[in-house]
Amino acid sequence: MAAGGSPLLEELLREHAPRVLGALARRCGDFSAAEDALQEALLAAHLEWPASGAPANPGGWLFRVGCRRLSDAQESEAARKRRESRAGEERTEVTADAATGEDELMVHDDTLLLFFTCCHPSLTTPSASALTLRALGGLTTAEIARAFLVPEATMAQRISRAKQTILDSGQPFALPAESERARRLEPVLQALYLMFNEGHLGSSGPGLVRVELSTEAIRLARLLRAAQPDDAEVAGLLALMLLTDARRPARTGPDGELVPLHEQDRSRWDRAAIVEGIELVSRALSRGAVGTYQLQAAIAALHDEAPSIDETDWPQVLALYRLLERATGNPMVTLNRIVAEAMVDGPARALESLAELEQDARIAGHFRMTVVRAHLCELAGDRERAIVEYRKAASGTANLPERGYLIAKAARLEAEGGG
Amino acid sequence: MKFMLMMHGTRKGWESMSSWTPAEFKAHIEFMIGFNAKLAAAGELVLAEGLDVPMNAKVIQAGKGGAPVVSDGPFPETKEFLAGFWIVDVPSLERAVAIAAAASAAPGPGGKPIPIPIELRAVGAAPPV
Repeated sequence: MAAGGSPLLEELLREHAPRVLGALARRCGDFSAAEDALQEALLAAHLEWPASGAPANPGGWLFRVGCRRLSDAQESEAARKRRESRAGEERTEVTADAATGEDELMVHDDTLLLFFTCCHPSLTTPSASALTLRALGGLTTAEIARAFLVPEATMAQRISRAKQTILDSGQPFALPAESERARRLEPVLQALYLMFNEGHLGSSGPGLVRVELSTEAIRLARLLRAAQPDDAEVAGLLALMLLTDARRPARTGPDGELVPLHEQDRSRWDRAAIVEGIELVSRALSRGAVGTYQLQAAIAALHDEAPSIDETDWPQVLALYRLLERATGNPMVTLNRIVAEAMVDGPARALESLAELEQDARIAGHFRMTVVRAHLCELAGDRERAIVEYRKAASGTANLPERGYLIAKAARLEAEGGG
Repeated sequence: MKFMLMMHGTRKGWESMSSWTPAEFKAHIEFMIGFNAKLAAAGELVLAEGLDVPMNAKVIQAGKGGAPVVSDGPFPETKEFLAGFWIVDVPSLERAVAIAAAASAAPGPGGKPIPIPIELRAVGAAPPV
């Protein structure tokens, strides 16, 4: 096997990391200490396995090494306390008992608990995302820093602060009561969604899609769904990610430029992902209580199953956006609803709605609004105004592919008029 | 969300700094060092740098024949210039504003805030959520 970071070794480690972390945290009752111990165990595996070959029971191996690190850490902490106070304290010794260790690995699946811990309500969403990527995704701090485009030292501090915040909250490492879980799931879903979006549409810089982060978010959403299979919003989020990511191959052109939905080559969409996403969201919707992730997934599904923009079920899309608008009150949703409205009731009606939305200070002047206005003017046949609006929109975004697309759009309209 | 905080200096302000007492100057620098350390410890600091005086600046522009034209600038008569900047990565605009406000309150003569104007710009543009 190749040395160091061979893909197989990486995969093996990442597959076992969450389970081992759960077992370690259960052992010592301290998530933060367990996370440190796991990182050291992973490091040891990186050093030893390439030469000796992976052990027959990789999870058990990691758990034993992690336990040893935990007890070393406790020992030095106890020694420090003895020096300071001389008061002998009663403490539960963490020992590397191989047999019980493997039992713990077999019996408990702490995935859900780890999600709740990493996406603690007192953390900001970016911090929760970073910690989740490390604890459940098994990514290194350097990899997470690269994905979020911040220096490694910044990310290391963010993660260690996040762990400190969890520690300070004094919350035991235990599952919240059943009645609490839906509420506690909210920040978890939010963190995964941020991760996906950050990968799907980076807010700045030359790359439109940071694939790894999106792929990772999908992997984690699958993990969450396996741990909480009956939650309709978890299924909705996974479906939304799959249905959005399915279009990725057609979303960018050969030079990394943005290709909008209506110009995409639909034969390049990932059929398997679409089938899986549609099935997930259909089943989730049939359960009743419909949440916002399911609604967004349902809209994505309507787009994904349509053979062309004109054959899309726009009345249905519009109805779903209206529901979503009521549920979220988010002006971005209203803007999307207006685009759907243009397809159902025509651009004139949509332009009226847009004028209404301009009263909303949260979105007035935002370049997305200008993009929509340009698009509606184009649909309405007002070429001159469309060109002006596309140019104005282009100067309002720092996302380079998006900007390039808007400039090209204006130039094309101008050429059509001249020729 | 990443933000750039640009600390604007003025020629007048820069010149008046030479009349600060050493203690006032020390307090100002210590504030900046402590401020950056706090941002770093919070996992929010991407990059912070102070810039050399504008008198030593150059402006480079691609010339017609392919050779770049290098000139002095931004010009001795410039009244305002970029003195330094921070790039921070924070969850919200509110947090970025709070950081900028703290930076603006850096102590000057008599230990009172100068106050420094801080221009705040988002890096890139994402739709509001």
